[in-house]
Amino acid sequence: MALHLRHSLQHTDWDMKQVIPNGSYNTMPKKPLLEFTDRGIYCAKGKFYIDPWKPVDDAVITHAHADHAYVGHKHYLAHYLSRDVLYYRLGDINLQTVEYGETVMKNGVEITLFPAGHVIGSAQIRVVSQGEIWVVSGDYKTEDDGVCAPFEPVKCHHFISECTFGMPVYQWKPQVQLFDDMNNWWRHNLENNLATVVVGYSLGKAQRIIQNLDLLNGNIYTHGVIENTNEALRRNGVVLNPTHRITQDSVKEDVRKGIIIAPPSAVGSPWMRKFQPYSFGYCSGWMAIRGAKRRRAADRGFVLSDHADWNGLISAIDATSCESVYLTHGYTASFSRYLSDIGFDAHEVHTLYGGEEEGVEALPQPSPEDREQDFKVSPTGRDLEGASFSEAKGGIV
Amino acid sequence: MKAFAQLFLSLDETNKTNEKVRILKDYFNSVPDTDKMHMLALFTGRSPKRQINSTLFRTWAIETLHLPAWLFEESYHVVGDLAETIALLFPQNTAQTSSKTLTEWIAEINALSTYTEEDKKHWLQYSWSILDTQERFVFNKLMTGSFRVGVSQNLVVKAVADIANLDTNVLTHRIMGSWKPEDYTFAQLIQPKQDSEDISRPYPFFLAYPIQETSTVQKSVEELQTALGDASEWQAEWKWDGIRAQLIKRDGQLFIWSRGEDLSTDKFPELHPFMKNLPDGTVLDGEILSFRNGLPLPFNVLQTRIGRKNLTKKILEDSPVSLIAYDCLEFNGEDIRNKTQTERREILEGLHQDNAYPEIFNISPLITFSSWDELSEIRGQSREMIAEGIMLKRKNATYQVGRRRGDWWKWKIDPLSIDAVMIYAQKGHGRRADLYTDYTFAVWDGDKLVPFAKAYSGLTDAEINKVDYFVKRNTLEKFGPVRTVKPELVFEIGFEGINKSSRHKSGVALRFPRILRWRHDKPKEEADSIETLKALLGDNI
Repeated sequence: MALHLRHSLQHTDWDMKQVIPNGSYNTMPKKPLLEFTDRGIYCAKGKFYIDPWKPVDDAVITHAHADHAYVGHKHYLAHYLSRDVLYYRLGDINLQTVEYGETVMKNGVEITLFPAGHVIGSAQIRVVSQGEIWVVSGDYKTEDDGVCAPFEPVKCHHFISECTFGMPVYQWKPQVQLFDDMNNWWRHNLENNLATVVVGYSLGKAQRIIQNLDLLNGNIYTHGVIENTNEALRRNGVVLNPTHRITQDSVKEDVRKGIIIAPPSAVGSPWMRKFQPYSFGYCSGWMAIRGAKRRRAADRGFVLSDHADWNGLISAIDATSCESVYLTHGYTASFSRYLSDIGFDAHEVHTLYGGEEEGVEALPQPSPEDREQDFKVSPTGRDLEGASFSEAKGGIV
Repeated sequence: MKAFAQLFLSLDETNKTNEKVRILKDYFNSVPDTDKMHMLALFTGRSPKRQINSTLFRTWAIETLHLPAWLFEESYHVVGDLAETIALLFPQNTAQTSSKTLTEWIAEINALSTYTEEDKKHWLQYSWSILDTQERFVFNKLMTGSFRVGVSQNLVVKAVADIANLDTNVLTHRIMGSWKPEDYTFAQLIQPKQDSEDISRPYPFFLAYPIQETSTVQKSVEELQTALGDASEWQAEWKWDGIRAQLIKRDGQLFIWSRGEDLSTDKFPELHPFMKNLPDGTVLDGEILSFRNGLPLPFNVLQTRIGRKNLTKKILEDSPVSLIAYDCLEFNGEDIRNKTQTERREILEGLHQDNAYPEIFNISPLITFSSWDELSEIRGQSREMIAEGIMLKRKNATYQVGRRRGDWWKWKIDPLSIDAVMIYAQKGHGRRADLYTDYTFAVWDGDKLVPFAKAYSGLTDAEINKVDYFVKRNTLEKFGPVRTVKPELVFEIGFEGINKSSRHKSGVALRFPRILRWRHDKPKEEADSIETLKALLGDNI
């Protein structure tokens, strides 16, 4: 049950493409080096999968978010900064780690990791065999957030890209403006005797916030879920600003004078209500749209994303000088159409399970990261900011 | 404009009433008086006249952005708001942006009426280039005349009343009518005593609160007794379904205001003779309805003449209107809203008796009843009376401002309902942008499904998410923003009225259709048929 690749605009499909004599494809083997299967992205020659969502023997993992790193594989390969988060989330797995730029050979196929700039330890996977180069982006952002290694464009023939925010209405402001706003809001809350709660994803957004807060305002307090991830990262050698885990023994008035970092699941929970009165800010790229912001009923929406915006996606794809680009998730239909309009050979990767250009709303999935999400408050898959295979998950289970 | 854009953003960021009032007061305290009046005009639905139509606005935006038109349309469907889409599509403006005030911007917008098309375009492009994203959004809202804010007029009035130390009812009255921000000053608005009253100015309408009932839970007689007290303290009338209006005669001049605060004097020429016959200084509250042979006609008859620029002879013949008066608010030039319901009713009856046009100037008949039990039974005849139900008014109540609990209640009859299958879905707007929330429903005509209504309210957020999830996975076809979905989900659709229609495929047109509930228990085969729907037409043909 292979996933369907659809050539946007032209009505040729993937199989046709392989038999049409074409300058750039003459030297290619009959079978492409990477293919899309019902378990994930597969390299038949190297006998490994990239971010598979069903148990396999050999998995290469772009980053530790739950929709990319599943439990149950026999062997894992990932960036070393993903190590302790993967152990924390997936338990005792058989894991091999590498540095960026370090090459691993599997059955004659070269695998090299490059920074994706998405979260700490996130990588693009370059796969090379007989001069044919593929890059799997995983999730990425092009702005240097100062916390994880910045995105590095990698030349390739075929680029498998996300496009979570692949619509031109998504244009991010430089993060320095955003964090100025956030620090001012925190000060304003302090002056008005309001506690400050910032809601963001536990791996990625949380660390980015922690590293950019103005510590002169006060201390940083964290929800347990977030502090567990921080601790895993610290075990991994990552240096973060000091944070204080909120426990039974925390003094409420101290916490209210600091800033509280909480996962989306905490919104509206009794845990959060303890700190009333508060103002709560929600950090997500979806906050760019008024409607989405109002749905979340947050006091403040911070347009903060670990994904590339419209211009970031286009510049990243352009920088790879790729011959073809495959779009795995996000606004795949419109984005591939636009890329084709401006001269790229762009393809949408459709799954058999819905294939939705805007990202299907994910229903609750029993995986650790998903459990962090409160679906009553934030019912859209988009809050998962990187739920690349959420459609596939839903379909298979 | 910066302060105004910031006001808009700040109001968006809170849903706490006190916080909104504080934000409004901060705004009033920080901008020039002329800006205050323009803001008040905008926040009370008095947008500047639209100078560039939406087609041109859109076309020029696409041209300036160098985007393919299809991508612009897709973006619009993601955002769900034209002004916001255009604001977001332009690059972030990092340079210093314009410092023009709201008053200056509105003056420029009004001056466009003398511009050539080419000049309008250049002005628009230049304006977009000197504004940042948030300012551009508010600017686009001004330009497209779709200015709506998440703040009720009551809150704005409260903020001004606090600042000026005036009574909110007085201020509510003063900001009604047809004033223009160019010739009504803030000083005039907040002066302790109004010197020259605008003779056209209507009073704020008093609106009834609904007695909440669902199709399954009805209010018992005991509950009414507990909530409202003794039946003898109440006056009951039919709830007529027309256009709520205020009719004013002052200094020999006539003014008719509809509840949406539109001055519609010329739309109802049939009412002018009786109004001329009223004594000067009279204000009546009532319902304008189409009548024939002394019986009200269904609302859709009246609907055909609303919105027409020219009232042709044929329209006047097909849907003649008269007034059913409810109340008298001003008598002999004196505001009598503080008199009791019973006293005002007596004055109204007196005016009616003295009038020479009793067939045009009707008064809403009082329903005679001695107990809640009896009234409940009489309410069952509403449909035959072509009424929506019953109005309850406390006999000793004053005429108040806005929708208030306590003294006026509307007790509507059960909505009509039918089980239907969802067949099309479209994305919503505003809070529901990028979610499939607008659905088209169909009933069976043999083995085919015929669409008969579009509805979008009535589901909870959780249900909307589930339907959205279903739509995205069960799309059969796409036509622009509309998706044909697999017919599977069944909903109970409620509506206020049903009429025969030659314009709709199903042959019927519904009034206020809405989703009552999701019938998880019903497979699509058990949805209702077109015959069932048509049977509800009854004599209403």
